[in-house]
Amino acid sequence: MDLTESPAEQAFRAEARAWLEANVPRPALPSGDTRDGFAAHLDWERALFEARWSVVSWPERYGGRDASLWEWLIFEEEYYRAGAPQRVTQNGIFLLAPSLFEFGTPEQQDRILPRMAAGEELWAQGWSEPAAGSDLAGITSRAERDEAAGGWRLYGQKTWTTRGAFCTHLFGLFRTDPAAERHRGLTYFLADLRSPGVEVRGFERLDGDEGFADVYFDGAFVPERDVLGEVNRGWSVAMATTGSERGLTLRSPSRFVTAANRLVELARSGTLDPAGPDSAGLGSVGLGSAGLDSAGLDSAGLDHAGLDAAGLDSGLRDRVVQSWIEARAYHLFTLEQVTGIVAGDSPGARSSLNKLYWSELDVRLHETAMELLGADAEADGPWSRGFEFSLAGPIYAGTNEIQRNIVAERLLGLPRA
Amino acid sequence: MRFAVAEDAAALRDAAEALLAARATPALIRSAWPGEADPGEGGKDGLGGVPAVWRGLAEIGVTGTLVAEADGGLGLDENALPPVLSRIGHSGLPVPAGETIAVAVPLLAAAGHPALPDVLSGAALVTAQLATPAAAELLIPFGQTADYVLLRADDGELRVYERGELEAAPVPAVDGSRWLARLLAKPAGGVPVAAPADAAAGWERGVLAAAAILVGLAERMLSMTVDYVTVRRQFGVPVGSFQAVKHRLADAYLAVEFARPAVLAAGWAQASAAADAAEQTSVAKVLASDAATTVARAAIQCHGAIGYTTEYDLHLFAKRAWALAPSWGSANWHRRRLAGSLCLTKDVCLTKDGSEPDG
Repeated sequence: MDLTESPAEQAFRAEARAWLEANVPRPALPSGDTRDGFAAHLDWERALFEARWSVVSWPERYGGRDASLWEWLIFEEEYYRAGAPQRVTQNGIFLLAPSLFEFGTPEQQDRILPRMAAGEELWAQGWSEPAAGSDLAGITSRAERDEAAGGWRLYGQKTWTTRGAFCTHLFGLFRTDPAAERHRGLTYFLADLRSPGVEVRGFERLDGDEGFADVYFDGAFVPERDVLGEVNRGWSVAMATTGSERGLTLRSPSRFVTAANRLVELARSGTLDPAGPDSAGLGSVGLGSAGLDSAGLDSAGLDHAGLDAAGLDSGLRDRVVQSWIEARAYHLFTLEQVTGIVAGDSPGARSSLNKLYWSELDVRLHETAMELLGADAEADGPWSRGFEFSLAGPIYAGTNEIQRNIVAERLLGLPRA
Repeated sequence: MRFAVAEDAAALRDAAEALLAARATPALIRSAWPGEADPGEGGKDGLGGVPAVWRGLAEIGVTGTLVAEADGGLGLDENALPPVLSRIGHSGLPVPAGETIAVAVPLLAAAGHPALPDVLSGAALVTAQLATPAAAELLIPFGQTADYVLLRADDGELRVYERGELEAAPVPAVDGSRWLARLLAKPAGGVPVAAPADAAAGWERGVLAAAAILVGLAERMLSMTVDYVTVRRQFGVPVGSFQAVKHRLADAYLAVEFARPAVLAAGWAQASAAADAAEQTSVAKVLASDAATTVARAAIQCHGAIGYTTEYDLHLFAKRAWALAPSWGSANWHRRRLAGSLCLTKDVCLTKDGSEPDG
C-alpha cells in the first residue's frame, strides 16, 4: 500500500490546477444540454484541447499527454475541484475512444481521434431504440450492403440519444444478419449524422433541456471503413463501450467527492431551515440538540468530535455524513481498481459495481441536498438540476436492475433464470 | 500510488488463512459455546479446541504482527492488520483477535509488561474494553476467559489487570462464544501500560481491527448464502435463479466490496500517520459495520427457515457480526465523529491549519 503521489504526479497536479484556475469560465456556463449552452461548451472544449488538457491519457500525436491512469485521476480531481464545465464531448472521448483504441484500425484511429479530441467532430451514442432499452440485443435498426457504393445503408430509429441534436456523428449497433442469433449479426457503425438519409429531432429530457434526440435512418450511407471491429461481431465491441460507461472512465470518483464536499458546505452554511415553516407554535420539528443519544460511548479523551447539532436535524446530518463517506468509499474502490488495471487486469463485469454504487450514491446525495434546501428546493438551481440529473444515473448505461443481474450472475455465480 | 496488499502482509494473511481453513471448523467454534465449553475457574482452558488453534496462529506470528522483530514479533505495521484480521473474522474463530493483536500486544510490548511473552505465544489470553472508563456495569468481551484485561482509567490512561483482580459476573450473550462479563465495581490496582495519547492510538487500531473482522464475517456469510441458494431448489429451480434473491445478494456484495478497500486504506492511513487517519478509520468502521449487518440480514432471509436455526452454521457468524458492529463505536457513533471533523456540529470547529472552515 502506498497512497502517496510521486514528485512527478505532484507536479502534474500543480500544472493542472494552475491552468484550470486561470481558465475555467466564470460565471459558470449555461447547461451544455441546450443549444446555446452547447456552443459555449464547445469553445471551452477547444480551449482545453489547445492547452492539451482535453485527452490527457491519450498519445501525444492525438493531442494528449501520454498521462498514466493515475495522472488521469489526478486531472479529474482537479477538474471537478475547479468547478470546470461538464464535458459535452464525453460520449466520444470517454466512451467511443476506449473502444477505438481497442478495436479500431490504425487508419480509423488516426482519422477519428484527433478530430474528436479537438471538438471538431462530436459523437452521440446510438444504442436505445423505442422497443429496445435494457434489452439491447433486441434492436431492429438494420444495415444493408450497398456493394456498388462500397459500404452499408442504415435504416431504423435510435432514441433517447444524449445531445443527439447537437452532435455530428453517432456510434451505434445495427443488425446486419437478421437470420443470426440475436447477439450475433450485429455490427458497430460509425455514422455521420450530416449524411443524406439521416433526420435528427431533439426533444426534452425530464429537466426540460433539449438533451435527447430521436435519430431516424432511411438509407443513410456508411462507407466500409466506418465499421468498428468485424461485421456481425459488434456486440463484443459494444460491451467494451458500455464497460467504459458504467465504470471509471465516464464517472471518475472526483465528481462525487466534489459533490459530497459541496453538500457538506451546504449543510454547514447554517442559514438553512430544513423544517420549512417557523416551528414556533407548530410544534417541535427536531432541530437542536442531537447528542450522542444511542451510542452509549463516552468518547472523552478518544476523539475530538463535538456532539451537538448546528441547526441540523441529527438524522439529516447523518445523511450528509453518509454521502460524504460513500463518495470516499467510491474513491478508494477506484484506487484499488486502477492498481489492478495498471497491473493488467480488466475490470470486466466489476464495472457494474462502479455503476450501481456511483449512481445510487448520487441520488441519495442530491435527495439530501433537496431536504437541506427545504422550501428553496423547488427553485431552479444547481442542486435541483443535479437532483433531476441524478435520477437518470440508475437508468442510463444499463438500468441498475440489469446491473444487479450482472453482479449476481457473473460475479457471484448465481444461476441464470 | 499502489493500492494493494504488500507481500509480507499477504504472506501472513495466507498462512493464517490456510491454518484456519484446516482447523477452525464450525464444530470447533461450537466447542467454545456455553453448553459445550465450561471455562469456569479455568478460563480459556475450558474452551474446547479453540486455544490450541489460537496458539497455532501465534506460532506463525499473528499475535506479534505489530511487535518489533527484536522483541519476538514480525515487525509489521498497521497495513498488515486488515488482511490477517479479516481472515480471522472469516473463520469465525472465537478469540479476542483485535483486542490482542491490534490493541494490547503493542502496548504491552512498549510498556515492557512481563505478560508479553505468554500473550505472544498464545499461552495467555488478553482482552480489552476501551469504550468508556472502567466502572461498574461495563461489559467486557471474553471477560470470563481472558487471563488479562486492558481497561481505561478516568484520566484516559490504560491499565492492565489480571482477571482475578476484577470484580465481575458472567453475562449470557447473543454470541455465546464471547463469554461476556460485567464489571460489578470500579477496578482497583492494575498496572499502567499506556498514557492517554498512546491509548487513543490503541483505540484507533481497535476500531480498524473490528472493521477488518466485520468484512471477513460479511464475506463468509455471503459465500455461504451464494452456495446455499445455488443448491436449494423450489418451484423446480434453484432459488438463486430468482431475481428477488439475486438483487438482494448483489446489494450485499456491493456493501462488502466497497467496505473492503476502505478498511485497507484506513490501515495505510494509520501506518503512515496520515493527518486524516482518524477520519479514514471512522469511514472504514461505518462501511464495515453496515456491510456486515446488511449481509447478515440478507443471508438469513435468503436461507429461509434453515437460516433461523442453530443447527445450521450461519448463526455463528451473524451473531459475531451483531456483537462487533456496535462495538468499537457503532456506525452511528463514527458518523457523528465524522460530523465533528466535517464541522457539522455546534462546537467551535477549526480546520487542520487552525483557520475557520470555508462556507
